[in-house]
Amino acid sequence: MSDAETPPETEFDPVAPNTGEEFEPVDVFPDSDDFDLRPGADSCYKCSTCDTNCPVAEVDDDFPGPKFQGPEQWRLKQSDDDHDIDDSVMDCSNCMRCDNACPSGVPLSQMHNTARGEYVSEQMDKLSVEYIRNRILANYRTSAFFASKVPRLANFAMNFGPARWVMEKTLGVTSERDFPEFARQTFREWWADRGGQVQSRENARAARKRRGLAEDADKKVAYFHGCYSNYNTPEVGKAMVRVYEEFGYEVVAPEQKCSGTPMFANGMLEDARRHAETNVSSMSELVDEGYHAIASCTSCSMALRQEYPELFDIDGIDKVAENTFEAVEYLRIHEDLKGEVQAADVDGELAEEFAYHAPCHSRNQGLDRQAVELFRDLDGAEIEDVGDSCSGISGTYGWKEEKYEKSMEIGEEMFEHMEHAEGETGMTECPTCAMQMEHGSGYEIRHPLELLEAALVE
Amino acid sequence: MAIESEVLVIGGGLGGLTSALAAAHEGADVRLVSYKQSTLRQASGLVDVLGYTPDGDGPLTNPYEAIPSLPESHPYRKVGVKTVRDALSLFDDAVPTYEGEHTETNALLPTHGGSIKPTARYPAGASAGLASDTRDTLLVGIEEMVDFDAPHVAAHLDATGVPFDVRGETIRFPGDLRADAKVTRYAKLLDTNSEVAVRGRMVPAREALAQRVNPLLEDEERVGFPAILGDDNPGAIRDAVGDHLGVDVFEVPMGPPSLPGLRLEDALFSALDEAGASIETGNPVVDFEGEDRIEKVFIEKNGAKIPNSADQYVLATGGFVGKGVESDRDGVYEPIFDCHVPHAEDRYDWFEGELFGDHEFARYGVATDDDLRPLDASEHSEFENLRAAGSVLGGYDFAAEKSGSGVSIATGYAAGQRAAQEAR
Repeated sequence: MSDAETPPETEFDPVAPNTGEEFEPVDVFPDSDDFDLRPGADSCYKCSTCDTNCPVAEVDDDFPGPKFQGPEQWRLKQSDDDHDIDDSVMDCSNCMRCDNACPSGVPLSQMHNTARGEYVSEQMDKLSVEYIRNRILANYRTSAFFASKVPRLANFAMNFGPARWVMEKTLGVTSERDFPEFARQTFREWWADRGGQVQSRENARAARKRRGLAEDADKKVAYFHGCYSNYNTPEVGKAMVRVYEEFGYEVVAPEQKCSGTPMFANGMLEDARRHAETNVSSMSELVDEGYHAIASCTSCSMALRQEYPELFDIDGIDKVAENTFEAVEYLRIHEDLKGEVQAADVDGELAEEFAYHAPCHSRNQGLDRQAVELFRDLDGAEIEDVGDSCSGISGTYGWKEEKYEKSMEIGEEMFEHMEHAEGETGMTECPTCAMQMEHGSGYEIRHPLELLEAALVE
Repeated sequence: MAIESEVLVIGGGLGGLTSALAAAHEGADVRLVSYKQSTLRQASGLVDVLGYTPDGDGPLTNPYEAIPSLPESHPYRKVGVKTVRDALSLFDDAVPTYEGEHTETNALLPTHGGSIKPTARYPAGASAGLASDTRDTLLVGIEEMVDFDAPHVAAHLDATGVPFDVRGETIRFPGDLRADAKVTRYAKLLDTNSEVAVRGRMVPAREALAQRVNPLLEDEERVGFPAILGDDNPGAIRDAVGDHLGVDVFEVPMGPPSLPGLRLEDALFSALDEAGASIETGNPVVDFEGEDRIEKVFIEKNGAKIPNSADQYVLATGGFVGKGVESDRDGVYEPIFDCHVPHAEDRYDWFEGELFGDHEFARYGVATDDDLRPLDASEHSEFENLRAAGSVLGGYDFAAEKSGSGVSIATGYAAGQRAAQEAR
């Protein structure tokens, strides 16, 4: 253009760019039915705070950490569909601490779960020992179901030295750990023997009368007991029922399967989906009738609340998520639990000093301080938080022969704190954390609901 | 029913934590709720009060003397110099591992960029590194940690005219950690003092680190590392490495994720726990109920809205980065209570063309009365039982003034104390 020519008139003004209403940048990308986590990946500004929270990365130099497993991996996938999922994703223990760490709200654990699912379904050899072992561990409910039919035999067989040696050599299940004992009577057997819902309704009515509440008050909850309190620690389930009835709640124990937590952690998303479908269907019907879903295991409540709606699209799934609560949390919201605990005292077996460990899965629900804050006002019992480190077992993770050492190394800080704590009885909401606490310290471990029962139920 | 307390503090950063601590010390039943983990782990761990005036004069020798001449809109002017001092002493009591309370004069600390920062309080781990100290200094960088290029940092420091000789060397961290190892990995290794292989021999990590530095040390009397020297036992690690080297050892604060920030977070949360407050992190406050008074707020957990009620509330949700203040094409707003945020109508007035220009957005935040109650557009208080603290407040530019921590601590202290007095 020569100096003599003037540029043609245009509408374009670089100082006030086109901010027209009609243009929506998000529409540039096509809608996708599969998991497209790119928007979440773009919220990551690489501050690396998630990495400082990852208990695995802290002890395992080969593990690249949540930032890589999540947003960075999804970006790589985004530019190249054939990009393989990095096999290190199987070293993530699914503690989900990175979620709570991210100041930018990146859905890290959802990314990890999805990546693990894809890795297992597309890259893992289904005939490998690792796959078979993981599948058996993830489907704990199935093994527990059979074992509970013959609890005494199972208790013997599962901790029979030579058999465990064979399991370690052939399947890679560590022989260092003691298998959890199976109860002689499952929670559901106890529940049925006791008279199920009909009996619970009667107990709740009697309690409401005692408390001066309307006898027909609409107080009802559906108990998601999970596998562990059914097969291994029915005392936790019983405590839940008795505490709730004491406050005048009618309890039902609907049909349910595994929450899916061990399956998410092992990338067995199809298995998890099958179980989730049963759970969502029975819980959503009850929610429609005005029930809230209550779980005593924080991994179960986490699964129903967060992982289900993040990973699956099942009818009623959001409704169930919105109406699921952890057992103590629900009472804190709806009852004067603090006041009742302050007025109560405990004696006998549970008049103890407890070394409390908050499970990772209670953290994301904001429940990690709940038990400590509730029980510090309880006469007759003392409770001390043993710090914020992860216990290290992370469900099936610590059961794997090749992960056992790492799992104990992660847990070391907790063991030390337990050792230094005044009490020699442990307390936690999570069954596998309890296993690890017991394994590393030799302490007996109780659930907060058991202490609540001792304090509040006649 | 709802989860009840006398004072509910929303936000887990320095402002929220100080607020909750001050309220608890007044005897109130306090509950602190924070969406995510504290943003303190993103902070350097240095606590500045005022390093430069809004006109850019400085570094200031005495921050307290400069406060009365700040603009009236500045949060320090709302609370007054005495409150700033009282708030700092609350901080000193809560975090005994910090230094600087012996003087009103700003300390000068080297940063990981090689500049000098005027600051009022600093972690004990940084104290041997003071720029006013005349001892010659060796800075040691770790090959894999690209955020701290020691020779480069040393050259920058030298250029600022520090009164000592400074040199930078780079080593491989013992133990052959992966190239992008997390800072917590280094810290854990030194905390546990686990053995690492050095030339085929197993040596405890602290000693091994000293062995790597020893041949590089000439006649310097102090050695600075990037802040990776332990999470649980930083003092013991500094002492051990320093003993092996025969010099004083210090840490240079780093960018996020920052171990000094993490340690400060731990110290303040423990202080809060000891004061008997309740704490919840992991879920956001999304909504509230009430007209002139806030009756209750709702914490969202995956769709479920959990009611929390209190007599008095403190809003300490942070500024733009902490998401306590947000903006879109229509304007700037405070997302929970929709408190008024004064700002220029035209978006093109929010910022300046120059990157380091005097951007207006840096000062955006809620305006308050002298009692720290947020004001609406017609300068009436938004709610009678809500106070604001920390970087959700407008009227100051913490990045330019180096006043972020001080404002959070001073306004947090004032808001927490007044909320407690009113609730009691």
